[in-house]
Amino acid sequence: MATTALEHTHVAKRSTLVEWLTTVDHKKIGILYGASAFLFFLIGGIEALIIRAQLARPDSTLVSPEFYNQLFTMHGTTMIFLGVMPLSAMFFNFFIPLLIGARDVAFPRLNAMSLWVFMLGGLFMNASFLLNAAPNGGWFGYAPLSSRQYSPGLNMDFWVIGLQILGIASLAAGVNFFTTILNMRARGMTLMRMPMFVWTTLITQILVLLSFPAITVALIMLMADRTYGSSFFSIGGGGDPMLWQHLFWVFGHPEVYILILPAFGIISEILPVFSRKPLFGYSAMVFSSAFIAFLGFGVWSHHMFSTGMGPLADTFFSLATMLIAIPTGVKIFNWIGTLWGGSLQFKTPMLFALGFIAMFIIGGLSGVMHSVAPADLQQTDTYFVVAHFHYVLFGGSIFALTAGAYYWWPKMFGTMLSETIGKWHFWLMLAGFNLTFFPMHFAGLLGMPRRIYAYPAGLGFEMFNVMATAGAFLLAFSILVFMYNMWVSARRGVPAPADPWGGATLEWTIPSPPQEWNFTDEPVVAERDPVWGMKRAAGVRTLPEPTRSSGQGIHLPGPSWWPLVVSVGILIFFIGFMVKKSWAFPFGPITIAGFLLTAIGIFKWAYEAPDANAPKH
Amino acid sequence: MSSATLAHDEAHEGHHTSLPIDNRKLAIWTFIGSECLFFATLISTFLIYKDNHPKGPGPKEIFEVGLVTAGTAVLLFSSFFVVMALNGAQEGNRKKMLGWLAATIFCGLFFLGMQVYEFNHFYHEGLGYTTNLFGTSFYTLTGFHGTHVAIGTLWLITVFKDAVKGNLPPAKALNLELAALYWHFVDVVWIIIFPVVYLMSLRS
Repeated sequence: MATTALEHTHVAKRSTLVEWLTTVDHKKIGILYGASAFLFFLIGGIEALIIRAQLARPDSTLVSPEFYNQLFTMHGTTMIFLGVMPLSAMFFNFFIPLLIGARDVAFPRLNAMSLWVFMLGGLFMNASFLLNAAPNGGWFGYAPLSSRQYSPGLNMDFWVIGLQILGIASLAAGVNFFTTILNMRARGMTLMRMPMFVWTTLITQILVLLSFPAITVALIMLMADRTYGSSFFSIGGGGDPMLWQHLFWVFGHPEVYILILPAFGIISEILPVFSRKPLFGYSAMVFSSAFIAFLGFGVWSHHMFSTGMGPLADTFFSLATMLIAIPTGVKIFNWIGTLWGGSLQFKTPMLFALGFIAMFIIGGLSGVMHSVAPADLQQTDTYFVVAHFHYVLFGGSIFALTAGAYYWWPKMFGTMLSETIGKWHFWLMLAGFNLTFFPMHFAGLLGMPRRIYAYPAGLGFEMFNVMATAGAFLLAFSILVFMYNMWVSARRGVPAPADPWGGATLEWTIPSPPQEWNFTDEPVVAERDPVWGMKRAAGVRTLPEPTRSSGQGIHLPGPSWWPLVVSVGILIFFIGFMVKKSWAFPFGPITIAGFLLTAIGIFKWAYEAPDANAPKH
Repeated sequence: MSSATLAHDEAHEGHHTSLPIDNRKLAIWTFIGSECLFFATLISTFLIYKDNHPKGPGPKEIFEVGLVTAGTAVLLFSSFFVVMALNGAQEGNRKKMLGWLAATIFCGLFFLGMQVYEFNHFYHEGLGYTTNLFGTSFYTLTGFHGTHVAIGTLWLITVFKDAVKGNLPPAKALNLELAALYWHFVDVVWIIIFPVVYLMSLRS
């Protein structure tokens, strides 16, 4: 950013803190998403380590049952909503505009608002620990367990309201990225020339837009039950707890694909580059992603086989679930087809990508096992399920996100991560991961239930739990190695060239890190893998290093305080609902204050010129 | 969110768009798509609970189709009015734009008044928010629809204010069109709520 500071002295006068708080630059927003999500990821990881320490021995009393409930609830909620989703959002933010050749997203200030709403929502939910009232009803918040009657404390209020706040961030980002991808592509970049990560991001946003409303309404109803004493989910008042489960999972299963589709996209970017050949079966990859998303809306009740829905529903949801294995299999074979005959380079991103494929296959296969309703009745609520979803969420999503981190780090920060430390990181993580989660399959099949805080000796669970605990600490160590790698890179990393890997996509044509305006000249695309095309045309392996420009004449949106103000308003608005109220006076002073702040923020935002405070070029 | 929010938030004015549609318009359509699922969930919940009224009044005892039909008609006409206002804005016909826009806003306010009256009336008939699940799901669904009407009316008032100040030339007619799209959506939701909630409940 040295150029920026030199060119625009009045910008340099703004303090760094103010610059970051008011930024609308998708790259800074991406970094803030990444930094905060990584912090939440570490918190969720520490929760997992305490869980594993507690389960290491039978009849352990390391933590109280009450605190254990908080731990597993917050571990699940954190890893899904504050870890994997925003880590994906980091890549959406930083790289979608770069991959499609745009200078920013369609609505930069809305993008900043998504970030702040997410961050405040995450901090709000974790603040519950300070009151010793962290959510304790599971990440699925099953009603009526989560109703006021059975969860009288503030615990589930934090959960309900926290998720409601986070949902706003996701929906705003969904609208923004859907519009950005469809409308901001460089000239010549038709839909079928888009990089695969752009495709899976687009499909992910569709899933967000169509599935989040269901949980929004479910949370509104649960909040009404808790705050106003209605009985949507309370049997005493005639309510039906199954309604909660259906609404939760009609969101919850598409959510699974919201977590994994970005990972599919990252892998589909990395494998071709390190195989030196284009992605195999591009169209099939596009259509299988879309088909997965479509089917993802018709399988939610496979989370509910044990609720007694009857043979017709069980059969339908079994078959629909099995059907998803087909497009997923198409993807896996296409990845293998991409590797086939390529000249493979086993750099760290590639190792993580290959690790992803292997681990995801294991998780996918146990997933197919769950689709068989009678077998699922044996597996439901056992550690077999825990093993399964960690293979797809950690072995799948986290491995892919780590692959993406190694792949794109040089572009984001302008220095390389160490290959040596990176390889240590990979092998330690692979070993630690499998040592943690593979034994859980056996513990689960032996009948060890999920979410229990202690188990008696002599049931055959001991050895598997000791292995899992040892693996968890090895896994944590591998994350420390990763952090050491980031620290080394920040301190004395080798400066990264524009194109360290021989990439195929547009982000590799601009300097590392990119300048504020991304592309000095707006790119024109004539084919898929456009940068490989440019290299072929020029007859070179690497394009000449791009020069940094002054950005003369490039119009950029200016910084703004209003997204942050609106986000704070939204937070205050929702906090008001934590106090139990009479429905006759539904809104207390906190809610009204939050509403007013939000409304003022929106009006100020609306009438703020887009380039107010913008650097002049 | 007001029209102007979206109006000013485009990163690159004059930037070509990949599809022949303005960013803001695409965003509103996307948002509306998401909102469909929001109301679908609320309507489904109402359908599940509409016959659940062991205590207090049920739909047959309480619904008065006359008033709500009037509200529905007014809301329907408002969709026509806002189209006329948009037409005026695009033609640069200030009088036409302001007149029809005022009529639209009036309709929105009338509908909201109708709803306030209705809620108040139902409450005095003995249907509180927590009396029974029919009532809870009815108030939640129509309450959220009413909130959408209120936001839409507020949005239209903002646009009207801009128009009075002369800040809505034909080149900026899109600012009104965005509000109008949202307004049409809110109307369409009511077109579903009216038969599904009121008429069907009376028959069954």
